[in-house]
Amino acid sequence: MMLQSVDEYETKLGVPEGWTRTPTHYCPGCEHGILTRLIATVIEGMGIREKTVMVDSVGCSVLAYEYLNCDHIQAPHGRAPAVMAGVKRTHPELTVFTVQGDGDALAIGLLGTIYAAIRAEPVTVFLYNNSIYGMTGGQMAPTTAVGQVTTTTPYGRDLQKTGNPIDIMKILSQTEGPSYLRRGILAPEPVEAKHGMMYQAKNVLQAKKIIENAFKVQQKGGYSFVEFLGTCNVNWKMTVEESKHFLYDQVAKRYPPGIFRDKLGIEGSPK
Amino acid sequence: MNGRVLLKGNEAIAYGALEAGLNAYFAYPITPSTETPETLAKEFGNSKYPDFKVFLQAASELEAINMTLGAASTGDLAMTATSSPGFSLKQEGISYAVGMEVPFVIVDVNRGGPGLGNLGVEQSDYLQATRGGGHGGYKLIVLAPNSVQEMLSFPKLAFDLAFKYRNPVLILSDAFLGQLKEDIAPNQSANGHNYDISWATLGMKNGQRHVLNSLHLESDSQEKHERHLYQKYVQMRNEVRFEKMDTDDADIVLVSYGITSRICKSAVKTGRENGLRIGLFRPITLNPFPYSQLSILANQGKKLLVVELNTGEMVEDVMLAANGTTRVEQMNRLGGNVPTVADILAKCKEMI
Ligand SMILES: Cc1ncc(C[n+]2csc(CCOP(=O)(O)OP(=O)(O)O)c2C)c(N)n1
Ligand code: SF4
Ligand SMILES: [Mg+2]
Repeated sequence: MMLQSVDEYETKLGVPEGWTRTPTHYCPGCEHGILTRLIATVIEGMGIREKTVMVDSVGCSVLAYEYLNCDHIQAPHGRAPAVMAGVKRTHPELTVFTVQGDGDALAIGLLGTIYAAIRAEPVTVFLYNNSIYGMTGGQMAPTTAVGQVTTTTPYGRDLQKTGNPIDIMKILSQTEGPSYLRRGILAPEPVEAKHGMMYQAKNVLQAKKIIENAFKVQQKGGYSFVEFLGTCNVNWKMTVEESKHFLYDQVAKRYPPGIFRDKLGIEGSPK
Repeated sequence: MNGRVLLKGNEAIAYGALEAGLNAYFAYPITPSTETPETLAKEFGNSKYPDFKVFLQAASELEAINMTLGAASTGDLAMTATSSPGFSLKQEGISYAVGMEVPFVIVDVNRGGPGLGNLGVEQSDYLQATRGGGHGGYKLIVLAPNSVQEMLSFPKLAFDLAFKYRNPVLILSDAFLGQLKEDIAPNQSANGHNYDISWATLGMKNGQRHVLNSLHLESDSQEKHERHLYQKYVQMRNEVRFEKMDTDDADIVLVSYGITSRICKSAVKTGRENGLRIGLFRPITLNPFPYSQLSILANQGKKLLVVELNTGEMVEDVMLAANGTTRVEQMNRLGGNVPTVADILAKCKEMI
């Protein structure tokens, strides 16, 4: 399907009620937009949009309240899990979730991230892991690869000075609290085809399923944490195409997708 | 609670909050404030307080204040109490709450000094409390109780004001008041609240989308927002509260709040028995500060003696009120020490 314009795109795919129709500020080729649209579609499909509070974090996801057509609370940097706990504990009937960047959730907010998991708050975290601080212009993130060049590691991330990148699936797997720990990929996969480059949407479609699963876990009273691998072509200083290759060839090798916990058997038999 | 009971200040704050209809409390232990969460933990589930649905111990003050922010965003009555080092950590969440216009109540039980300081009484958080201790130039309404009875009644007043202005309200008590035991009269107990919460994020309530946000990327929209907040601070000046004792014929007026105002009361009595014409002016709201009420006394030429447990903080407001019309002197103690009645009277004699 070749889509020529936004209008045509909307007629072919439909406009989810979950989207406010405000054009997004995300850079072209970034999957923050895909994630926003998938969430909009899922909360509409599940019929929960009018009983949902999204807690916005600080990073490129900060303006989610402009796009996702539901109630929002914009939290301080790294504090979305605590704000979510305050909402959910007082109003268990609400679906409460956040989209956090890797800097927000895993650096400044790591304590809150881990404690929300330990206490098994029945909320949902979607982590957008792009191995960098996107919004502030490309500094080292907790997920930046050893050797990776960023504006604060201009000679490459030094293992001796900064330690190993964080694997949050491993960390949260050490705690009993979470019901659903899942890593997926938001970017379409670049593949060589007869007529040149093509993108496969398989993982994007699976991401939608994962989002739905995460909300189902919350509805059953469990804590769900989903790590999505995404790109930041702008701050990786790559073309969009290079960034997709980098994501699949490098990042996804360091952070393999998979089910790390599924207590409630949302994706099949309980694990 | 029925009849008269003997309670610590920190316990009274807990009961006062429950009687105001507290819905959610978020705790992080710190001496000398911990009796408040301990009392609330004990009363959690008591059928007398059906509105009290969440008590949670957080992993830090940062968590506690942001949980408070989340709970309060739904229009529930949320509170968190702490002491000075914890109050510093809570500034981030308080600044956000002001920007987002989310009302809740914070209690700071002032202890000694910067850093870890000590557990003794001080009033050294005065400037932090009244100037907006976090970033962005904001104001809180700051209530300063001076008795256990007021510790019981101020939470209700604090919630009323917080919801009226959609702004956090701070109860600034201290290590002495928190631990002080007094025999107090029971208050009315409350059942639910009927504050306007049409702004709350409860999931598209009444089919409307609600966004609580402090971010305004465009200059004009940020300026408009800050001017709107400023207008609220101006309105808040109507909430000014103070107490005067024997000021009419006084040559010297002691200016003091919180626990030191209690010592000053005794000084006024003893002083008058000994022929000294002393009075007391006690600000109850530290913000809004009763500038004009105090300036009347200053303009009458009465000398002002500011008694406070810091190196001179409220004295700045007193000097603003006096505006050069009279002499302003200070008496300060630190680290848990308090001035005695004799100290104060000696200073007054010196001033005459
Ligand atoms: C207390 C505080 N410190 C620092 C910042 C600046 N800041 C804004 S976004 C951000 C990090 C963004 O990175 P990430 O969370 O990975 O999100 P991304 O933009 O990459 O999606 C930082 C450090 C801030 N807003 N608040
Ligand atoms: S800076 Fe990076 S993460 Fe942010 S919108 Fe642009 S590409 Fe996406
Ligand atoms: Mg990032």
